[in-house]
Amino acid sequence: MKSLARFVAWGAASFALAATAIAQPQRPAEIKLGMSTFMTGPASVLGAPAKTAADMWIEDFNAAGGIDGTKLSPTWIDEGQGADKFLSEYRRLAQEPGERLMLSAISSGYCNALAPVAEDLKVINVLWECSTEKVLEERRYKYVFRTGPNGTMEMVAAVLHLLKTKPDFKTLAVVNQDYAWGRDSWEIFRNTLLALKPDVKIVAELFPKFGASDFSAEVTRLQALRPDVVLSTAWGGDLDTFLRQASQRGLLKSSQFVLPLADSSLERLGDAVPPGVIVGFVGDGYFADPEFANDPEARAFVQKFKKRTGAYPNFAVYHMIQALKAATGAYKQALADNKGQWPTTEQLATTLRKLEYRGLSRPIRLREDGQALQGQLYGVTVKDASQPFPVARQLSFYPADILTPPVGQKSAEWVKTLKPALLKNPQIRRVGD
Amino acid sequence: MELNLLLLATVDGLSYAGLLFLISLGLTLICGVFGVINVAHGSLYAFGGYSAASLLAWLLPHTASAVVLVGSLFVAAAVVGGCLGALLERGLLRHFQDRDPVLQLLVTFAAFMMLEDVQRMVWGATPVNAGDLATRLGTTDLLGVTFMNYQLAFIPGVALVAYAGLQFLLRHSTAGRQIVAVIHHRETATALGINAARVGTLTFALAGALGALGGALSVPMTSFVPGLGAEMIVTSFAVIATAGLGQITGALVASVLIGMARSLAVYTLPELEVVMPYLMMVAVLLVRPHGLFSVTAARRI
Repeated sequence: MKSLARFVAWGAASFALAATAIAQPQRPAEIKLGMSTFMTGPASVLGAPAKTAADMWIEDFNAAGGIDGTKLSPTWIDEGQGADKFLSEYRRLAQEPGERLMLSAISSGYCNALAPVAEDLKVINVLWECSTEKVLEERRYKYVFRTGPNGTMEMVAAVLHLLKTKPDFKTLAVVNQDYAWGRDSWEIFRNTLLALKPDVKIVAELFPKFGASDFSAEVTRLQALRPDVVLSTAWGGDLDTFLRQASQRGLLKSSQFVLPLADSSLERLGDAVPPGVIVGFVGDGYFADPEFANDPEARAFVQKFKKRTGAYPNFAVYHMIQALKAATGAYKQALADNKGQWPTTEQLATTLRKLEYRGLSRPIRLREDGQALQGQLYGVTVKDASQPFPVARQLSFYPADILTPPVGQKSAEWVKTLKPALLKNPQIRRVGD
Repeated sequence: MELNLLLLATVDGLSYAGLLFLISLGLTLICGVFGVINVAHGSLYAFGGYSAASLLAWLLPHTASAVVLVGSLFVAAAVVGGCLGALLERGLLRHFQDRDPVLQLLVTFAAFMMLEDVQRMVWGATPVNAGDLATRLGTTDLLGVTFMNYQLAFIPGVALVAYAGLQFLLRHSTAGRQIVAVIHHRETATALGINAARVGTLTFALAGALGALGGALSVPMTSFVPGLGAEMIVTSFAVIATAGLGQITGALVASVLIGMARSLAVYTLPELEVVMPYLMMVAVLLVRPHGLFSVTAARRI
């Protein structure tokens, strides 16, 4: 009887040992990256440059040896093909055998839809571009991370920069795209603004169709109302068209424009954007950031990207590089923590949850709810001889800690509790001049 | 104030209606002759816009004359739209002429998707426009609001000329009268010795040029991005459904109605702006199920 017990005990012990050996995965030859971006449709304005940047970066990264010899092998999904097809392709890629990691998506709608899928399949997903703060606030995920800023950070910083640049205004109008981002960003902006400056009167809330080709009725109405400030969180072709039509009719001279996503349009618009417009960078990646003028990595990337595509990197490009650097950085750190053993998905997720990394701008930190704390850069346009389009000066950097609610709180409620003292927070600092 | 508001909304509405009419005109013409909604018409709009922008970008360093530049919009539209339209008919739709209308619709949809890809290959995903031109034509102040002459006078003017020109062509030229005959009854027209195939190609070329003209006239004000063609085809479908399929005067009236409704909505109920074209369409179709200007069709056995 005794010998039988000993036999069972030995058996169990050796089995357990074998099981841990199996659980600790072998080093794979490659990491399959399931990546999604808009290759078609209006959002390809952001998606196409980001894809070029990713391919460029991965090529260099693999040439330099990858993650200790393990190469990245990207597969792309087009987000422009509609939600059903997107999700089924996403599932297929996420369930492929081998080491895999997902970097998806641009659309906030898709991010909301894919986060529970990634969680179910126990595959790590980096939300590389979408801004909706709701996805990580409404549910706690183990495998879902966002390596860029969320809408709350972007909008609170926009209000702060507006109040610092133009403290005395009385009326404001908004022209946002009629879809989730346009509506959600306005809700946060409005509540933040009314908390910090309750006497502002909102004179018009216009939500033209996403992809609208004509804003002349909106411009006419704004000219008749003459608001002190006009806000638009539009981007891409919509922002180009709106700004061009507004500028041709002099609206940008009579109202102070606030354009948190203008970074992606400035280069194309040239003289259509006059000096004095408040512009944001959806994070702090800006090719003309004076603090990074001599940063070898940022400079080399900007030059190479400009040479490859003919344009300067926009915010989506910066977000893509951040996501790739966070993912590969997490692998490297988990490998080091694990004494050279290839990490399990759980170990990688644990590493990500407190990862510190850098894209091509200032350092970023991920926190335990999976949200990155990335500061925001805002500036005011000026004409500059160095470029044929407006550049941003009077730049200010707003660190993310003061722009975002603590873990577990919801942005919509949190912004209502903000106090005007926030404007004097010493962590806000000027960048350059 | 109320009157001023109405006036301002009218100006915006008419300018938008002008573009909408030009695009719908081509769509409704094809609908009349072939009895099919040509989804690829959205691509013709996009191609017109993109190619006009390319032509303008090439011309701008060489000339400052507004006449030449405006003229180039028409040239780009006529050449690109006309050729592409004729090609679509010759190369594609002719082979599906006697098939199920649903199949024809799907064929035009397939053509649309392919053309959209070609357009992305040629012009990429970055927004394209030709902003300088509209500024060159100057501005006019009306009730304290600045309008561009380009949208205040030029676009509605072109739309009216196109309407009058097309009406004249259809009533007084041989080719035009042949088109009318084919619209009325294809077999009878063929029996009377009209070369229906030639009329078909002609209609497609004409419609293509009109659609492309809509795009070319938009590009000084609108940034063209992939997917814009799809947007336009949906709105102009609302126009021709409101008007009655194949109705030219109807398309003019429906464009004005929809344009006005949309700009009035921006002033009074901005939330409704997006759905306004479709609300108008539903309202009209509830009362007149075949559209505003539909004619009684002879029953065919």
